[in-house]
Amino acid sequence: MSWGLSRVTVRFGDATALAGVSIDVEPGEVAIVVGADGAGKTTLCRTLVGLEGIDGGEIRRPDRTGFQPETSGVWNDLTVMENLEFVAGAYGLATDPARRRIETLLEVTGLGGARDRLGRQLSGGMRQKLGVAMAVLSDPELLVLDEPTTGLDPVSRLELWSFISLTAGEGKAILVTTTYTDEARRGNSVLALDGGRSLASGSVAEVIDAMPGALFESARSHGPSSWRRGRTWRIWSPEAEPVPGATEVSPDLADVVTVAALAAEARR
Amino acid sequence: MLAMTLKEFRQVVRDHRTLAMLIVMPVVLLLVFGYAASFDVDVIPTAVVGPGATNVPEQLPELFDVETADADATRANAEEMLRAGEVNLAVVTGDGPPVVLLDGSELFMARAAVQILAAAPIPGLDYVVLFNPELDTSAVLVPGLAGLIIVFVGTLVTSMSVVRERETGTLEQLAVMPFRPRDVFMGKIAPYFLIASIDIVIVLTIGTLLFDVPLNGSVLPLIVGALAFLFVALGVGVLISSVSENQAQAIQLALMTALPQIMLSGIIFPLSSMAPAVRWIGYLLPLTYFNQVAKGVMLRGAGLGDLLMPLALLVALGAVIFTLAVTRFRSQLRPARVRAAT
Repeated sequence: MSWGLSRVTVRFGDATALAGVSIDVEPGEVAIVVGADGAGKTTLCRTLVGLEGIDGGEIRRPDRTGFQPETSGVWNDLTVMENLEFVAGAYGLATDPARRRIETLLEVTGLGGARDRLGRQLSGGMRQKLGVAMAVLSDPELLVLDEPTTGLDPVSRLELWSFISLTAGEGKAILVTTTYTDEARRGNSVLALDGGRSLASGSVAEVIDAMPGALFESARSHGPSSWRRGRTWRIWSPEAEPVPGATEVSPDLADVVTVAALAAEARR
Repeated sequence: MLAMTLKEFRQVVRDHRTLAMLIVMPVVLLLVFGYAASFDVDVIPTAVVGPGATNVPEQLPELFDVETADADATRANAEEMLRAGEVNLAVVTGDGPPVVLLDGSELFMARAAVQILAAAPIPGLDYVVLFNPELDTSAVLVPGLAGLIIVFVGTLVTSMSVVRERETGTLEQLAVMPFRPRDVFMGKIAPYFLIASIDIVIVLTIGTLLFDVPLNGSVLPLIVGALAFLFVALGVGVLISSVSENQAQAIQLALMTALPQIMLSGIIFPLSSMAPAVRWIGYLLPLTYFNQVAKGVMLRGAGLGDLLMPLALLVALGAVIFTLAVTRFRSQLRPARVRAAT
């Protein structure tokens, strides 16, 4: 059975944080939610784990859901070991199996050498890995990780993704939010959010293939449908008409998300 | 400097709750404390016992408010009424001249009575100060001060417990864990409860040894009272923490609940001397009842039966605080259950 949201709407007063958003998270797979700051990623996570009420739609959530909040959810004044032991105790895990599971997680995350270090003494990468380990410890069917890689150095990001992939391999359904579009390739499916609305969803290939119009590259800007990408400019042509002085290029996910945002803006 | 000042002003103005406290609370506190700050004794609850119980009341000073006049009661009955705190002065009549028994644990009433008796002596009338014969101030203050110290230490410390979780983002972790709201509440206060229990033992022991405060009664009612009082004091801190947006607000709120307990719990100013509305605030404060229990046990040697009312009220306050905190936690930890989907 897949977990997730179906046409879920969440409002805070007059503001709509999520507008009819749907996402499926299959067991053994990683679903990525990508979007800029304020896109609604955290609200989506909080809604999925039951921390926000909904104004419409449906939530499919198992009894046991692991959650790592944006702040990593690590208790600063507990050691790595104490953080994990607390989670094990909270879920009523039996002592011996819990100890074995903790040791496995410490080994997999590379936190074994820091087991007696306080949460506040950990580096950003170690904190996030501990946060994910805490979320995984109770053996949840669904794991929700809110921006676990934000602010991490490239090596830490790689290590964390390796751990996430390993966890998905155990059959867990995992939802990960990120602001980095390059990370979307690590998931089985992707949902692009903007202003609480779904811009595009599906596998990365499907999302890229579904991009309307054509994409061109140029040395200079071409108005509101163009944006800087590295040292050159990308130009979106909604009707796929050639752009003078520009070369057609194949879009990647970052391009498609930007195009989707432009298209949504044009519709509004 | 102008930029810095402007930034600070903006931050202060944006924190509406703190701003309201800064502006409104001084006025409220001045009014409440102003009506509370009185050492004047207007009335002394009095019992008259013995064969002359019906004749003597008319001869007594106006300050002595005779609540009970029992011709069949004895001096032992009078002492029992004083020990239970039912009255603060008893006149024992009999074959000889009447004897006035004064409750020395109610310092200001006892002193007022002594002054009146000295100023306008009634022929043949003698008086005896019970429980605190020297009318020693520290003996009366120390039991209540022990509670006051616990209020400051316990309530302040626990007032930061939940708000700190919220600020560091770990409250969300607790929310998705299979905890019941009461588990979180009890778990929060448990370590502080143990530490504060040790604190109260230390403070009362030092008070007894250093300030010669007697321990005339059984420790059982004192233990029961102290445990109930600690539960309330720490629970108030956790409740404050659950309604505060940040640690600064929590500390301010905790101080706002601690300050009235100094002035309105009867430790410094007698409750009977306060304006009725202010006195009723005092009746809502846990320290009022802990003070009654501690003074009752330590000075008057009161037993469990004598202190049932303050003990029951402490337990009732504990139940109210527990219910409020758990209700608050329920909405914080399980908001999705509160806000129904349509």
